[in-house]
Amino acid sequence: MDLVFNDEQRFIREEARRFLADKSASERVRQTVNAGTGFDAGLWSAIAGELGWCAMAVPEAHDGLGLGKTELAILMEAAGERLAAVPLWSTICAGVPLLLAVASDEARQHYLPRIAAGEIAVAVAWGNAGAVDPLSATAVVAEATEAGYRLGGRVAQVIDLEAADVVLVPARLGEDLALFALERDAGHEVRRLETLDGTRQIGELTMRGLAVCAQSRLDGGAYTGRDVAGAVATAQLGLAAEQVGAARGVMDVTLAYVAERVQFGRTIASFQAVKHRCARLEVDLAEARALVYGAAATLEAGLGAETAREVSAARALASDLLFRASEEAIQLHGGVGFTWEYDPHLYFKRAQAACSLLGSPEDHLAVIAAGMFEEGAAA
Amino acid sequence: MSADTLTQLRTEVRAWMADHLRGRFEPLRYRGNAGDGDAFPELRKEWERELAAGRWTCPGWPEEHGGRGLSVAEQVVFQEEYGIAGGPGRMGHIGEGLMGPTLIAFGTQEQKDRFLPGIRAGTEYWCQGYSEPSAGSDLGNIRTRARQDPSTGDWHVSGQKVWTSLAHLSDWIFVLARCEEGSVGRNGLVFLLMPLDQPGVEVQPIRQIGGGAEFNSVFLDDAVAKPEHVVGKPGEGWKIAMALLGFERGISTLGQQMAFAQELDLICAIARENGASRSPAMRQRIAKAWVGLRAMRYLAMRVLSEDTSEEARRERLGYKYHWSNWHRDLGKLAMDVMGTEANLVGGDLRRERLQQLFLFSRADTIYGGTNEIQLNLIAEQGLGMPREPRGGLG
Repeated sequence: MDLVFNDEQRFIREEARRFLADKSASERVRQTVNAGTGFDAGLWSAIAGELGWCAMAVPEAHDGLGLGKTELAILMEAAGERLAAVPLWSTICAGVPLLLAVASDEARQHYLPRIAAGEIAVAVAWGNAGAVDPLSATAVVAEATEAGYRLGGRVAQVIDLEAADVVLVPARLGEDLALFALERDAGHEVRRLETLDGTRQIGELTMRGLAVCAQSRLDGGAYTGRDVAGAVATAQLGLAAEQVGAARGVMDVTLAYVAERVQFGRTIASFQAVKHRCARLEVDLAEARALVYGAAATLEAGLGAETAREVSAARALASDLLFRASEEAIQLHGGVGFTWEYDPHLYFKRAQAACSLLGSPEDHLAVIAAGMFEEGAAA
Repeated sequence: MSADTLTQLRTEVRAWMADHLRGRFEPLRYRGNAGDGDAFPELRKEWERELAAGRWTCPGWPEEHGGRGLSVAEQVVFQEEYGIAGGPGRMGHIGEGLMGPTLIAFGTQEQKDRFLPGIRAGTEYWCQGYSEPSAGSDLGNIRTRARQDPSTGDWHVSGQKVWTSLAHLSDWIFVLARCEEGSVGRNGLVFLLMPLDQPGVEVQPIRQIGGGAEFNSVFLDDAVAKPEHVVGKPGEGWKIAMALLGFERGISTLGQQMAFAQELDLICAIARENGASRSPAMRQRIAKAWVGLRAMRYLAMRVLSEDTSEEARRERLGYKYHWSNWHRDLGKLAMDVMGTEANLVGGDLRRERLQQLFLFSRADTIYGGTNEIQLNLIAEQGLGMPREPRGGLG
């Protein structure tokens, strides 16, 4: 296993960071936050269309570039660093892997080339967005009709719902599970919710006896029993990478501030109490980041119980890291850290929101412990 | 090199260890690591010679100097297999990992011919004479003096070295001493090689909190170093001393991680037996330890790589802080899992091992640069924050 980026990966990373530093700078993120949309449409069209980031996650067989989990993590880390308000995670880390795990050949061929081309953004209506296994529950019920299916139910929080051109909806169909796709004109109700983290959109999805055609069902009857753990692991990994990137972003904001702020005739960066706290965060960041890319490499190699545990480990560390990096940012900024004008609060809110998605650190540690004690070997 | 080569090497090391770490060497398994350094010293020296006979000492040295010329990846494989087999702490570590590479890089041909064979063969052991009572983290504050006798060329050395690991079991010491009258800080130092068995040297063991004594004070009172035993030039001792520390690239840390993993396994086994594994709070802590260990593994792979990126540079600076604090926390976790059982001493080898872990891991965050020094280095060299002000001279 080689954990050093190759030339192509380095290039992707540098270009992504350079682009977002310019196009998702603080002022731009603030415009999105102030507008209350949680979505920067212009930025998304550049990312998905001109830059072709979505193509990286789509296999070559479906007109994508077929790059691996490491490249996925690189993009998510870059997006996190600038709090890019785009449905990138939903599309490439949640949507594409779920389609690859569950969708029929026809359905894949229908959606994946369009995703690769940057034509559509995808959201996933996880039944339980707060759980380590977000597909463990669904409140959506489907029933077969002559023309197709009828869908009913409500999903309280769907990330990037309004921004998405296609929503993937897992539903209960009798004793089975089925995966449906709702395009914008499908007739479902979308309600934008006001969010604490203004950089990520959340919507409420409601279907009231919604009639959909037979082709809306993507799994061709094969969802039940299909292994979706790999798709969930990819979503977890992408989120962890994004959290680590955001931690880098907020730490750089802090480092820049303490290097400027002068008290007692010296920059506050020169005080050991400040230096040591920044240094500790840097150690934690390196730890979480190493785990993210290590887990990306093992996930690329295939999914086993060990891989799932590593991905959970990455989430546990990344969630803690980002929260501490952003709370330290507020503290080390002093009074201005408490103001709307300075950036720490943007990261602080993202930190809390991201921490709650797909399992808290405690949930992930519990999963790891279960693996250690109930399923055999320890280390 | 191909994955096949690595697999082949792994198989070879595994088989060799299985063949040799048994019989009279059986008691050495898992012994002699940090904190347990004075366990079975004579048998461990014999073990070094056993390793040497199999050409497993100094495998990373170039072949011209008697090594195997193994790449970093191959050395990692060796260290991992050595650790998995329960290979004992290496008595020859200072010679193999620090002194040898330093001589290969800076030594004269005579010095290489004189010293490398003894290190390789496990017949001569080395210890490190850097720290002094007033020169710990502030190594530039060295006060041991070396004066050259103009008639013989001999260096006469007086002063006190401290925290000298295994000096009582070693044959030679390398000493950093002040050779220019009135010099301060990093200037005016000389790097000398000295035999310990001579009239001007007295070694006094220091009893540690774990009860053992692997550290020593080394008192030098007009002890003698031969003129041909200066490495580099007099006055350039600091350069040699720092280069020597640079040779410790941390390859051995992967073997060390194998020992860490075994410690965590042991803690889990005890937790299962005594029911601590049913406590949700304890499970969280144990899971967290697993997470830290796994991260450490990937971090080590990045730290050992040739990556020259900014991230890699910062990761290297932070690695020691990460593993040492993780290990110290593991010691506390071990005791908490054992509960009141941990209050009793003796009679139970597993308990004893974890008690030693608890006590000795306190040193992890002190030696080789304390936590506080590590954080300064990360902040200053990694994050570009202002340097600490220096008080006075020296």
